[in-house]
This record gives sequence, structure tokens and C-alpha cells, in this order.
Amino acid sequence: MSSHTELPELQEQFETPTQQKEASTLGMWIFLVTEVMFFGGLFLAYTIYRRQFAGAFGLASNTLNVVIGAANTAVLICSSFTMVMAVRAAQIGSRKALIVFLILTILFGGVFLGVKAYEWNEKFAEHHVPGPTFHLEGTTAQGPAQLFFSLYFTMTGLHALHMIVGEGLMLFLLWKAYAGKYSPSYYTPVDIGGLYWHFVDIIWIFLFPLLYLIARHQH
Amino acid sequence: MTGHIASIKSYTLVFVALLLLTLATTLVSTIDLGPFNVVMALFIAVVKMLLVALFFMHLRDSTILTKVVVGGGMLWLAILLVFSLMDFGTRGWLPVPGK
Repeated sequence: MSSHTELPELQEQFETPTQQKEASTLGMWIFLVTEVMFFGGLFLAYTIYRRQFAGAFGLASNTLNVVIGAANTAVLICSSFTMVMAVRAAQIGSRKALIVFLILTILFGGVFLGVKAYEWNEKFAEHHVPGPTFHLEGTTAQGPAQLFFSLYFTMTGLHALHMIVGEGLMLFLLWKAYAGKYSPSYYTPVDIGGLYWHFVDIIWIFLFPLLYLIARHQH
Repeated sequence: MTGHIASIKSYTLVFVALLLLTLATTLVSTIDLGPFNVVMALFIAVVKMLLVALFFMHLRDSTILTKVVVGGGMLWLAILLVFSLMDFGTRGWLPVPGK
């Protein structure tokens, strides 16, 4: 019982802090697995339509700016690195490093979203948004081409939505870290927030080659 | 209850590897490998996913229960993808009347 009085963060249903942390980590992973299934359905839809309309999908894919896509992937990987360094800072009890790395993570995430917004805006200017004004040069298969961009907007849009949620989580962690709530004996929210952030990174790791690179060799 | 603390060096190595793999997948995509372009892109993506999951998400040091849950999730994802693609991939192989 003594550990409960020493550690205010330890909830009464748990025997030890380790048990509490393992329960939180497991719970987060179960949530992430449901997210994998959620995005899995979209990846499946993409795969099926890409097999069916390889020509139109290739043509549409090649209109995406691969340099921007690759650079944005690098930005997201940087954010994952600063995130893992933030978790490490929490583990060793360095409040200052934790705050700095959380801010860096938020900034990299912001850059990613900004670039994404620029790319989306480009699509509107080029009439590559599915709808009555849609037009893709060089093909009569306008329907399948719209299908590619529907999937593009759905998948990158849901990914961006996850990023925005992640930015909110990071701001929350930053606020709590600033208030000195985390210590080497209790940093579970930082750890769990990190799991979420890395998961969103992994989704992009698959979106980038599938959306941007698949038909690059036919260019 | 401080978990395993990995060194800055190991995180930096993973970080550099992820950046190099991003560069590699971008460059390889311009070479015509026929059907292996997709294989190569997915292979590199899976390697990157494993690096992030094992090192950044500390899956390497997590409990057996967590590993089983993640493995189970991957299994169900495989069922979703493989079985659905088996359906779409084999349609039209048999002359079914009324199709």
C-alpha cells in the first residue's frame, strides 16, 4: 500500500507502477491495432482499384510532386526522431530536454501539415479534385483518374486529421511537461503519445511510396 | 519504474537509416524493374515500419502480451488483404453462368 501514498499517479486498481504502465501501453497498442484495420481497408481499396485501373492510376500518380513528397517524408521522420528523444528525456527526468523536443516535434508536424496544405491547394488549381471540374490531361479514363484522387484525398486527409489530433496531444504533453508533471517514475502519457505519433508516421511511410512512387519508372 | 533507456546513438542510427531508406525508395522508383517496382517500394516501407516499431515504439523491449496483440493485429490485417485480393485476383477464372 505504501507505494500508493508515495506515488500520487498510481491508480488504486494497480499494484505497482510497472503494472499500471504495462496496462496503459497494452491499451494503446490495442487502439493502434484498430487503427491499422481502419487504414488497412483503405489500403485494400487502393490496391484493388490500382490493379483494375493501372494505367489511369499511374498517370494520376505521376502528377504528384515526388520531391515535395519525399521531403515531407523526411520531415515526418525528423518529428519521429525528436518524439523518441522527448520520451527519452522524460525517462531520464530532464524537463528542459523534454520541453525542447516536444516543441521540435510540434514544429516538424506543423511543417508537414503546411506542406500538405500547399499540395492540396495545388490540386485545386490543377483541377485534380474529383467533381464536375475534374480534368486529368492525357487520358480518356477520367473516372478511374478521379478514383485515384478520391483515394488520395481520403487517405492523405485522414492521415492529416490524425496529425492534427497528434499536434493537440503534443500541446497537452507540452503543457503538462511545463508544469513539471512528468518524472522518471511517471511519464506514461509521453510514452503513449509517442506511440501514437510513431504510428501516424508509419501510415505515411506506406502512403508515400503507394501514392507518389508506384508509376515513377514509366515517367 | 524506469523502463529500458536506449542510447542516443542507437536512436540516431535508426533515424539516419530511415532517412537513407526514404532516399533509396525515391531513387529506386525511377528505375524500371517491371513488376518488382511495387515489391521494392513495399519491401523498403516494411523495413522502415519495422525500424520505427521496434526501436522508436520500443516494441523490442515490450511485454510478451503486447507483442502478441501486435502480431495478432498484423495477422488480421493479412487476412483482410490476402483473402480479399484472392477474391479479386481470381474472378473470371471459371466460367460461372450469370456472371
